[in-house]
Amino acid sequence: MNIQEMILTLQKHWSDQGCILMQAYDVEKGAGTMSPYTFLRAIGPEPWNVAYVEPSRRPADGRYGDNPNRLYQHHQFQVIMKPSPDNIQELYLDSLKALGIDPLEHDIRFVEDNWENPSLGCAGLGWEVWLDGMEITQFTYFQQVGGLECKPVSVEITYGIERLASYIQEKENVFELEWTNGFTVHDIFYQPEFEHSKYTFETSDPDMLFNLFSIYEKEAKRQMDEGLVHPAYDYVLKCSHVFNVLDARGAISVTERTAYIGRMRNLARQVAKTFYEEREKLGFPILNRKGASNHE
Amino acid sequence: MSKHLLIEIGLEEMPARFVTQSMNQLGEKTAAFLKDRTIEFSEVKTYSTPRRLAVIVKDVAESQADVNEEAKGPAKKIALTEDGEWSKAAAGFARGQGMSTDDIYFKEIKGIEYAHVKKFVEGQETALLLTELKDVILSMTFGKNMRWGSNDIRYVRPIKWIAALFGQEVVSFEAAGVQTGNTTSGHRFLGGQAVIIEADEYVSTLKEQFVIADPDERRRMIVTGLEELEKQNGWTIPVDESLLEEVNNLVEYPTALSGSYNEEFLDLPEEVLITSMKEHQRYFPVRSAEGVLLPHFVTVRNGNSHAIEKVARGNEKVLRARLADADFFYKEDQKTPISDSLEKLERIVYHEKIGTLSEKVGRIRRVTNRLAKQFGVSADVKKQADRAAEICKFDLVTQMVYEFPELQGVMGEKYARQKGEKEEVAVAINEHYMPRSADDHVPATAAGALVSLADKLDTIVSCFAVGIIPTGSQDPYALRRQAAGIVQTMMEHNWNVALSDVLTAAIEEVKADGVGDKGAEALQDELTAFFALRVKHILQEKGIRYDLIDAVLSKTGTLSDMQETANVLMSQKDEQGFKVTMEALSRVVNISKKADGPLRVDPALFENEQEKDLYDELKKLEGEWNQSGTTAKSRYDLLASLQPAIERYFEHTMVMTEDEALKQNRLAVMQNLARFILDFAEVPAVLVK
Repeated sequence: MNIQEMILTLQKHWSDQGCILMQAYDVEKGAGTMSPYTFLRAIGPEPWNVAYVEPSRRPADGRYGDNPNRLYQHHQFQVIMKPSPDNIQELYLDSLKALGIDPLEHDIRFVEDNWENPSLGCAGLGWEVWLDGMEITQFTYFQQVGGLECKPVSVEITYGIERLASYIQEKENVFELEWTNGFTVHDIFYQPEFEHSKYTFETSDPDMLFNLFSIYEKEAKRQMDEGLVHPAYDYVLKCSHVFNVLDARGAISVTERTAYIGRMRNLARQVAKTFYEEREKLGFPILNRKGASNHE
Repeated sequence: MSKHLLIEIGLEEMPARFVTQSMNQLGEKTAAFLKDRTIEFSEVKTYSTPRRLAVIVKDVAESQADVNEEAKGPAKKIALTEDGEWSKAAAGFARGQGMSTDDIYFKEIKGIEYAHVKKFVEGQETALLLTELKDVILSMTFGKNMRWGSNDIRYVRPIKWIAALFGQEVVSFEAAGVQTGNTTSGHRFLGGQAVIIEADEYVSTLKEQFVIADPDERRRMIVTGLEELEKQNGWTIPVDESLLEEVNNLVEYPTALSGSYNEEFLDLPEEVLITSMKEHQRYFPVRSAEGVLLPHFVTVRNGNSHAIEKVARGNEKVLRARLADADFFYKEDQKTPISDSLEKLERIVYHEKIGTLSEKVGRIRRVTNRLAKQFGVSADVKKQADRAAEICKFDLVTQMVYEFPELQGVMGEKYARQKGEKEEVAVAINEHYMPRSADDHVPATAAGALVSLADKLDTIVSCFAVGIIPTGSQDPYALRRQAAGIVQTMMEHNWNVALSDVLTAAIEEVKADGVGDKGAEALQDELTAFFALRVKHILQEKGIRYDLIDAVLSKTGTLSDMQETANVLMSQKDEQGFKVTMEALSRVVNISKKADGPLRVDPALFENEQEKDLYDELKKLEGEWNQSGTTAKSRYDLLASLQPAIERYFEHTMVMTEDEALKQNRLAVMQNLARFILDFAEVPAVLVK
């Protein structure tokens, strides 16, 4: 099964479970969790079921396309269900079966793994799912997002697409994975991998990036003051990406580092709080919609 | 009549580390529940897998025991009217108990007679009371709890089902939105749902569904599996108990299987291979009969042997990727000079308020050198320790330690050796993390011990300086353990320098770097108290009686002196003469405290022989006290030999006499004597009966 078929399979599976199929959010981010479809929608009482592929940029993991296991940008398949359905583990295991993974021929286990992202004020409990000893999925019950208690609790399922594909396609090198007939990951992503690595580690302009960080931060605050959560949050995401590039570049000094993380945490918390308040003003419109939470 | 009782809490996969303790807790709580309600039973048996906690109580009585209860009523003078008739109060009491006044008798409590009745309370049916087992389930506590769905309750993981049976009957109640029943769930993939016909058939019912509910039986299956693989292949598979316990709590139906990795990876340090297998993959490493590591591993699958080669291949692939990564890091690290790594330390924050790792290393090095001087170590050791201190943290920025943080120090030693550092320096880098836990050894080499002390001292002092001080159960930086490590290391290396001097060195260096606002004096006081508690604890563990510990915990003493003195006191405490000696010496110390400032002795003012004798003894003591070769024991003997003279002195001499000049002179003798006594120990703290 190539990656494209995997994605189609997962989309079909979760669509059948009542998830809204969304497209990747168009601002750079380090993980699917940071998408507003997760970060913001996990906040508050309104039900939310969604699935999407998220290209996730990790500048520090860039290896010029040389390393068989590491990428500047990999793909996550992200599922959020709020409230977490009672049969969520079974739904997840069914998705593996849909991918052609017969549990009777493998060793599938749920191994404790608690997740925390202090810079977003997030914490959750759950597992990493092992397939014959390989971690293929992060499975998390959100307990706190943006410093706010999650009520009800969302469950987040994050499949590492390339990881899972390397198992399904029995490939040792991520660049040899088949994306679709006749196209490998190498064909599509090698050049951007190389160039982004070179950019991150060599040609990026730290002064400009520092500047951008401050500009983005200021704009995030200004939009928050206007009660415009989404534009504000876009700028928080931009801050985060710029920070990641600077950090990978080695351009952030010791004392600055903590300070920058603190600044982003404050922004994220404010955004979370404002989002909640804005939804409350609207009367939490999705709260009692029929069918919106048919898996409760 | 009796029946067996079963409760099974079905859960989403619990963290392995909580399974056993939670199982025990369920057993204890269920037993307490029955005892509280005077419901008799014969035996409690507990079961657990990652997905269930269960308890079976055997032979549970079908009703509570009947009891004869005595009820207390009003006092006699209220129960009886003036005419000796039953009062209204008495009649009311009897009626309230369902009895008549004929049943009342009097019984004295604390000198007052009260009306009493004896009544028979018939036990209730057990089945009716068992619905309260809900409270047992909801009162369970776990190391970490979570919420899920729209539930408000917090539990270790979501509750999926509850089976509750008394004999064949379902004990009906609801907990966390789950209704009890007689159905259980088998293995996720191999089994299905199954009805438990009777509590006693729990284990066999689950076995049919590929779940081994008894953790001991599961463990035996794993061990047998390992032994079979050993036999088939001529291997030795050392069983790490904590790994076995963890693996046992990750599976419901264990099947051991083996896989292999490329022999080339055997060039990697063994610690890297073992960490990859054990810590990251929960595999058992495999050795030859001679103990040589082999390119194989054993893992335990949660399932049967169907398609087991496929599972083995999958696991091999994962390990291959991990080891290929490790191999890459290992080769990259070897290309990086130590000096480059040291430069990177400048960019790593040790702690926001304390500064960078590079700054910390600078202090470690300066403190190491000061300690080397204080302890009087050889020039060679000093040189080795200085270099080891300078590079003790360089491996923290290597790629291998970034990936395998548990290998800090271990990789440092290996890389240092490869990069041409002296053997002693390489060893010291690894040793400076020791003791790594409460039961670890202290560094064996002097250089390793010096750097270990300097590092731990710096950590403790700088944390105290910025207000990170352990309180109660809060000690996130394990400062107590590190302090204990310092004390043990100094004791075992016999470094006879006062703890206060060692602390001063570290405090001065921390202050020189401008860490924290707290002043040096305040730090010295806080740390002295902090360390005193650690020393006390260590001496307690060595079996020293608590009052003797108090006696040797003087602020200026050295650790080995404290320990030696404590040992002497322990060995003497049951000897004849110990009591009188301690009493005599204590009396001197106590009286000496009445002196106001330092006093001088004027022998011309002595009035009696005994004063003169004691003064002669004092002179003798002064001469011998600091002679070379004196030990705690010889000093004890010296002091003990004074006892007769002291006693005779007090028989004939009144220290606090009216004549001021005489009094001051006598106090001066006491003061001089007390100086030696207290130099030995705080003798008045010693308890003698």
